[in-house]
Amino acid sequence: MIDLGPHAVFIVWAYVGVALGVGGLIGWTILDARLTSKKLATLEARRAPK
Amino acid sequence: MLRRELALALRGGGDVLTLVLFFVIVGAIVPFAVGPDKVLLARIAPGIVWIAAFLAMLLGLERLFRPDHEDGSLVLLRQADLPLSAIIAAKMMAHWLVSAVPLILASPLLAVLLAMDLASFWRMVLSLLLGTPALAAFGAIGAAVTVSVNRGGLIAPILIAPLSIPVLIFGVGAITAEQSNAALLFLAALSLLALALAPFAAALAISSAED
Amino acid sequence: MSIDSAPKQSWWNRISHPGQFVTWTKPLLWPLTILTAVLFVAGLWFALFNSPQDYQMGDTVRIMYVHVPNAWLSQFVYGVMAVSALGTLVWRHPMADVSMKSAAPLGALFTALALFTGALWGRPTWGTFWEWDGRMTSTLVLLLIYLGIIALWRAFDDQLRAARIIAVFTLVGAINIPIIKFSVDWWSTLHQPASVFRADGPRMPGSILTPLFVMFFAFTFLFLTLHLKAMHTEVKRRRIATLQRKAAQGAAS
Repeated sequence: MIDLGPHAVFIVWAYVGVALGVGGLIGWTILDARLTSKKLATLEARRAPK
Repeated sequence: MLRRELALALRGGGDVLTLVLFFVIVGAIVPFAVGPDKVLLARIAPGIVWIAAFLAMLLGLERLFRPDHEDGSLVLLRQADLPLSAIIAAKMMAHWLVSAVPLILASPLLAVLLAMDLASFWRMVLSLLLGTPALAAFGAIGAAVTVSVNRGGLIAPILIAPLSIPVLIFGVGAITAEQSNAALLFLAALSLLALALAPFAAALAISSAED
Repeated sequence: MSIDSAPKQSWWNRISHPGQFVTWTKPLLWPLTILTAVLFVAGLWFALFNSPQDYQMGDTVRIMYVHVPNAWLSQFVYGVMAVSALGTLVWRHPMADVSMKSAAPLGALFTALALFTGALWGRPTWGTFWEWDGRMTSTLVLLLIYLGIIALWRAFDDQLRAARIIAVFTLVGAINIPIIKFSVDWWSTLHQPASVFRADGPRMPGSILTPLFVMFFAFTFLFLTLHLKAMHTEVKRRRIATLQRKAAQGAAS
């Protein structure tokens, strides 16, 4: 990586923080979607035989 | 209609005393928290007065819509001859008369406790007069939005606080000497705008809640 | 009426029915995801490897490449929420409140990241993590509004009734946000006569603009992708609630 200058620690933390935040958001969105889909599938399967 | 709302509000007469007491106590606590240095107190006095006013006006909000919501009369009011927004405007006015006016009357007490000088005192009274209607308006919106929520009384302040920030900014700005007139003008404009729009917004929220 | 026997749907109708919406927009998800990923890779490469220092700020300008997109998104997402709120109240579009609800957590995070990156930018550049200037303060207030809206959604049991109420509040917020910004700017000029805290940044040559634009689009497409995905999830969540309600009624009868 190129030299980030005297204030590198701030730049690094900024990018790390954004990565964590964005990563968390993506992860939560996907997890939420998976859990909901699973729950929906369970409920619909229960209805299906009727 | 206004008379009815006033009568209802005044029946909770003990609440007025509580409200005023709360207002004074918030102001009185501050010297204990920051020390009795008069110069410091005089500097932060405008802010303290407005914070106390803001918190005290929040107290009266529970009585604004919730009792009518709980006993079902909100639904009836929707079908009344008067448009709901007019009814809400009446409620807001009653709320202001019962909450803000006592506050303003009690403000000299705070001014003394917080070492405010005379010129600032009059500006404070004027700013409270011009600004508390806006607080009442935003409070009504917050109360209307949370009326059908179980713990709405906790959430309403969270919603009202960001909306009220301009009132606080201009209110305090009006008390401190420079820019006072500009601040008072902004305050008046804000109150007018808020008073004009809040009844409609609140009516819309309540109609949706009572469906 | 099954999908097969329904009359030919206009595109407006197609995105109105929740189930149809999910079906029709599902194919968009993977292309959007890939586009977002590509943009981020390109953006990061430009930001960290292939752009010069700023002649005033040095390397810390690289923080701007993540700060500005987040700041932009914090306002853009609220705009999306406000338009969705109009959709709920004025046109009663069935997907409008789904859009409004899904956007709120996203907007809150982007606002928080804007504040976070802004603080980290401020420390080396202007010496302090936080400054009560117009921009940072207004962004903080915006974050509080987002969080209040999220709290509102969680407070209601009936999400459909909540939708109209929260739409009203969102619009009230939309009107207020310019007022808040104005009052905060006015206030900060009172207290900081020599304001040197400018997040505008210097005039920007192309080599600085490139990473900025790429990251800008990367973040925007990130929002669009996540928003779409979250809307699908919300539609499914409502279907679950309906099914559970029916099951409970069935059990009770």
